[in-house]
Amino acid sequence: MLQPFTSAIAANRFGLGARPGDLAHIGNDPVGWLRVQLKGAPPALAAEGLRSSADIIAQSLVVRREIRQARQEAKNGDAAALEAVIKLPKLFRPLYIAEVTARFRQAAATDRPFLERVTQFWTNHFAVSVDKVAVLGVAGSLEREAIRPRVLGNFTGLLLAVEQHPAMLLYLDNHISVGPHSRAAAIVGRRNAKRPVGINENLAREIMELHTLGVGSGYTQADVTTFAEVITGWSIGGEAGRFSSGAPGQFVFRSELHEPGAKVVLGKRYPDNGIEQGEAVLRDIAARPATAHFIATKLCRHFIADDPAPAAVAHVANAFTSSSGDLPTVYQALLTAPGAWAQPLSKYKTPSDYIVSTFRGLELPVGDGRGALGAFEVLGQRTYSPGSPAGWPDRSDDWSGASALMKRIEWADAVGQRVGGRREAAGLAPELLGGNLSANTSTAISRAASAPQALTLLLAAPEFMRR
Amino acid sequence: MQSFGRRRFIQSGAWALGATLVTSGVSFARADADTKSRFVFVILRGALDGLAVVPPYGDPDYASLRRDLALHAPGSAGGVLPLSNPFGLHPSCQFLHECFTARELVVFHAISSPYRERSHFDGQDVLENGTVRPHAVQTGWLNRALAAMPVRGGAERERGVALGQNVPLVMRGPAAVTSWSPSKLAALDDDTLQRITDLYASDPLLAKRLADALAADEIAASSQAMAQGGTRYGEVINAAAGFLRREDGPQVAVFDTIGWDTHANEGSAEGQLAGRLAALDAGLRTLKEQLGPVWKDTAVVLATEFGRTVAVNGTRGTDHGTGAAAFLLGGAVRGGRVLADWPGLSARALYQGRDLQPTLDLRAVLKGVLQEHLLVPYDAVESSVFPDSARAKALKGLIRT
Repeated sequence: MLQPFTSAIAANRFGLGARPGDLAHIGNDPVGWLRVQLKGAPPALAAEGLRSSADIIAQSLVVRREIRQARQEAKNGDAAALEAVIKLPKLFRPLYIAEVTARFRQAAATDRPFLERVTQFWTNHFAVSVDKVAVLGVAGSLEREAIRPRVLGNFTGLLLAVEQHPAMLLYLDNHISVGPHSRAAAIVGRRNAKRPVGINENLAREIMELHTLGVGSGYTQADVTTFAEVITGWSIGGEAGRFSSGAPGQFVFRSELHEPGAKVVLGKRYPDNGIEQGEAVLRDIAARPATAHFIATKLCRHFIADDPAPAAVAHVANAFTSSSGDLPTVYQALLTAPGAWAQPLSKYKTPSDYIVSTFRGLELPVGDGRGALGAFEVLGQRTYSPGSPAGWPDRSDDWSGASALMKRIEWADAVGQRVGGRREAAGLAPELLGGNLSANTSTAISRAASAPQALTLLLAAPEFMRR
Repeated sequence: MQSFGRRRFIQSGAWALGATLVTSGVSFARADADTKSRFVFVILRGALDGLAVVPPYGDPDYASLRRDLALHAPGSAGGVLPLSNPFGLHPSCQFLHECFTARELVVFHAISSPYRERSHFDGQDVLENGTVRPHAVQTGWLNRALAAMPVRGGAERERGVALGQNVPLVMRGPAAVTSWSPSKLAALDDDTLQRITDLYASDPLLAKRLADALAADEIAASSQAMAQGGTRYGEVINAAAGFLRREDGPQVAVFDTIGWDTHANEGSAEGQLAGRLAALDAGLRTLKEQLGPVWKDTAVVLATEFGRTVAVNGTRGTDHGTGAAAFLLGGAVRGGRVLADWPGLSARALYQGRDLQPTLDLRAVLKGVLQEHLLVPYDAVESSVFPDSARAKALKGLIRT
């Protein structure tokens, strides 16, 4: 397997982009370099300004109360009413910036980039999107609290933690989903017969379709609806009115919202034992072959090729099933899957990959506040905002548009102009691209008219656009 | 309130969906349509609630199913804008209503693609790929239609433009298309650009994309509309108009919008959805204004992947459904009509007991527009553009001739 380019593939395809010295360090043992990154607890993200989701949501509940009051007192269109509306974004935006800055710093500096890439993979797999204001402040904490600590654990543990995280419950509306025969429904119905009370099937559907089984794997609308009933009561503590129990901002099971009774999901009967009913369904879904196949397909698509060979998917799915979803075993299977080390480079970098690999390769410092994050927005991949629960797409065609390429080149040129005088592109190119560096690119860099232009050419090179 | 039966043909003027409109065969249109016609396809991602944007306020079951979300009859506070009974238009859609009055808008209801499940992502895939199955092909019907259009005089050029950094599936395929989006970054100097062009000479994908981007920038830069902005979709729509106004520019533009997935707190005359509709409506008004004289040659289709549940869910919103609404507007459109084979909202009439029963295939509309407006040959429309669509016969008479 060992070729001149394997160390570069380890650093760029499985990692987040080589830094100067990385390829020499990887040397003759790219698989060993990747495997060792899976040993030891995943590092926690710590930075100033990061707060727990419970803390943030508890504060937002107070703000929401103030907004309601202000609205009652002020007339519509009045300055006070308008002021109230922007209170939540004002609270959340600095939290969002702190989260994405910390995440970007981690990606740019980590010595365990394989681990960071799988973390980002899972965040995109279990996507929330900050175009929904309710999750703007807590999207980062979903990754930090539910995903990051569990990326080296078992898939079922990861799944349960994500589906019970307040950010996911808020994003897919489950915190306010009410069983039609629950105690809460009976009370509301007595008070106001006209007010609709019932389930919201959003989370149940996306768990089956996007998080586990995959669409078209055989579940029915009835399975979705029943599963939605099963997870009624999975909610968040401290909300006003009918949802007032529990510690503010934390996951809570509200038996008063839960649809009573045994339920049949995917042909299996689950007795009504409260929160455990939903957890049992999730555990069974996680263990189904369709889930192994779906997760393996997405992993292979992310790491190997847009359309991975069936043999590669089967190899990873087998590892998933035979290890009962042990994630390090699954990641190691990726490294031995057919095509994992293939040339030519088949994956076109996403904007995020492109920016992070540039920062790593040029050892650029991630600055404070909004400035460092603008690149993600300009290049079309604002962190935590894929726009839908399906997450960002993961194929070349989704990212290689003409306008997208032009922006990437313009951004590369801006970087070249800024730091080109202090970097030596000709020396850097083999450090970052190793055996993937083409003669064309070397020649173009060596003939560049200026140091900044040489750096722009390195960053714009076809082999730097791919991994 | 006017009462009507379980199923009723809704029509205005002399049109009946079953009889006059549905025929197949060759279309007759003005001779220069192939070069003058402009087409815009707007994808409303997230499943727009057809019963909110085109509320059947006169349907006897509507108010009880929609509860707080129900809109009131025309004339009352926050009431719908009148179309033809039982249908109204959401009060946020002032511009669309002006188009209806000016006979430049056709509203379709109880319409859907052939997709019958409830996944956004598969639903959008079918909406864009033009087949009957998700992920059946990696190209889009609109691109295949462009590829089948008669070649115009002169050099081969981009026939379509996607407004956005990347090209959505509906526009991917064999025909040359480009994408454009506004940039805040400084342009490259010519020397660096030339060197990158040389560097890409041996990389077909990047070479093609870069050439497309340069061509698109040239067109966009020469469009005076670029300086304007304002509304939510303003910049993108100004750019679209800039491309389409050019005599030698692309004839087809596509852009997509998100934010229609209203599971909770959807609102009615005011609220979340109302605000988004108002922004879309304002964007369409901008499009008409910016197109100027080209508007009379333009047809715009707005479509979504599927509709939403008829009943309100437990969180004052609606879940994924089936039958939806769609719009065809523009100066080239023979409008002022609602076309719907209305199935009604009674319990028995609903699809799977929960959704608006689809009675019109979206492909019938698209096929009609492609043939009459863009003069895409009948054989291509029936085979390469929309395979397995024989039962969705092209609607005729949607375009002025």
